[in-house]
Amino acid sequence: MNRPKKQAYYHLMMLPGMIFLIIFNFIPMAGIVMAFQNFSPVKGILESKWVGFDNFRFIFSLPDSRQIFVNTIIISLGKILLAILIPVCFSLLLNEIKVKFFKRTVQTIVYMPHFLSWVVFAAVVQSIFSYDGPVNVLLTAIGMEPVMFLGSNQWFRTLMVTTDSWKEFGYGSIIYLAALTGIDPGLYEAASIDGASRWKRLLYITLPGIMPIILIMLTMALPNILNAGFDQIFNLYNPLVYESGDILDTYVYRVGMLKRQYSLGTAVGLIKSVVGMILILAANKLVTTFSDRRMF
Amino acid sequence: MKKRKKIDLLTVFIYAVVVVMGLSCLLPLLNTLALSFSSSAAATAGKVGIIPVSFTLSSYQKILNDQQFWRSFLISVLRVMAGTSLNIFLVITMAYPLSKSRREFGAQKIYIKFVIFAMLFNGGMVPTYMVVQKLGMINTIWSLIFPGAVGTGNVILMMNFFRSVPKSLEEAAEIDGATPFQILWNIFIPASKPCIATIVLFCIVGHWNDYFSGILYITKVHNYPLQTYIQMIATTFDISKITDIKKLEEFLAVSEKTLNSAKIVVSVIPLLLIYPFLQKYFTTGLVVGAVKE
Repeated sequence: MNRPKKQAYYHLMMLPGMIFLIIFNFIPMAGIVMAFQNFSPVKGILESKWVGFDNFRFIFSLPDSRQIFVNTIIISLGKILLAILIPVCFSLLLNEIKVKFFKRTVQTIVYMPHFLSWVVFAAVVQSIFSYDGPVNVLLTAIGMEPVMFLGSNQWFRTLMVTTDSWKEFGYGSIIYLAALTGIDPGLYEAASIDGASRWKRLLYITLPGIMPIILIMLTMALPNILNAGFDQIFNLYNPLVYESGDILDTYVYRVGMLKRQYSLGTAVGLIKSVVGMILILAANKLVTTFSDRRMF
Repeated sequence: MKKRKKIDLLTVFIYAVVVVMGLSCLLPLLNTLALSFSSSAAATAGKVGIIPVSFTLSSYQKILNDQQFWRSFLISVLRVMAGTSLNIFLVITMAYPLSKSRREFGAQKIYIKFVIFAMLFNGGMVPTYMVVQKLGMINTIWSLIFPGAVGTGNVILMMNFFRSVPKSLEEAAEIDGATPFQILWNIFIPASKPCIATIVLFCIVGHWNDYFSGILYITKVHNYPLQTYIQMIATTFDISKITDIKKLEEFLAVSEKTLNSAKIVVSVIPLLLIYPFLQKYFTTGLVVGAVKE
């Protein structure tokens, strides 16, 4: 087949996907102009009044929205940290287990929560941490005051960070387990001949062995700093914890969709998209410079 | 001399920690399962742990007669089938030309820029909603399927996999006069089964678990997919009604707990059924972490 004809085939194949991308990805991008307007659905994009950066000025002047940025960053930093720490520790522990059947069973179980939706998992979290739930029964049993976890600004962020880790640590450990199996067993043999203890082998062989992948995962996670986990928080928060738990995405939904303040919602969404894209490009640059991997 | 296996304290400790962490992952499902088989009174009193208290099947009997539940279940099944088919069709048809070198397909470098830009940047929730609304898709199943039809991450994954298929097979077919469609269908798709299976499974899970498109685009409960329906009954805080701690407590203590748990259990069963297949693929590392060059 000659080259132009083949090219025509390739364009034809791209067509359906590109149509969907244009309608549902690129046209909404054009809708971003709403962030610079005082948009009214009656007038439409062409007739609405242009206001320049007023919406952004308004956002940054509200104490509420500053709080929302703070909440988002604190919650996501906590999650990023635990998403490295717990899976690394867990995979190191699991790696010490030599009984194959036991190891495989544990793996099957810990990967599972990742595939449950936050709707389902949130229902469980609510029942376990509710005022008369198991956690509070335990607290009262050891003589402590019960806590209303889901209604307390003191506890809400901690609860979000830990329950996220609870759901995801197993799945997160897959990559570290794979890295651990990649370490040359000859190194361990040589070390035990030299009389290195278990601790020393961990410190001088295992940890340096998985350090590159830890750094890569950290770099790839950091661009998500403005993604504090919409699905989780949306399913667990309530007005009592807006002060500590309201994040950018939940704010966009409430303001943009529920209160129909389209311009404001779009503006907050735009800030998030732009910062996110810059961070991803930077992280990708870092990852490709320092390793043989890339993010896309 | 007989060599005895030394059982030291450290090993015992490691096993203990691993068992506790493993159990913690099993707990949510066991608790929900136990609640679904318990009496309402026991559940409301917070007596149910991982074993049902005053065992009863009444929650499941109620579900059998719950028309909305089965309607939503059916909508979700339809959505998974139609949505996943569309996802896979688009992933394959886009990934194949994109996997060609710039010499073979000149426009590749422009298309790939579009795809990567769509992956990195988006208009956000509000403009996307307005497009769906303008197209008249509100309250239809299309609103659940079309906006996310192109999974850009999956396109990149598939593209990389296609690039690993040996060139010689394609060249031989070309000499025999095969069209690009025939080459894709007869050579590339059969050679990429593991990658396609992985994407299919993850699309199924994604469609089944998605509740938020339902909240955004479906305004009638009658048309809710299953997860949106469960979100509504099990976890929604009616924002206007929760004004103080007391109201929140009352909300969390509602006696519908057992019935809701049973609904959750039924909604999770399809996932458990495909879980063994899922596990086979995601542990191969195909979908985890960065693309390796």
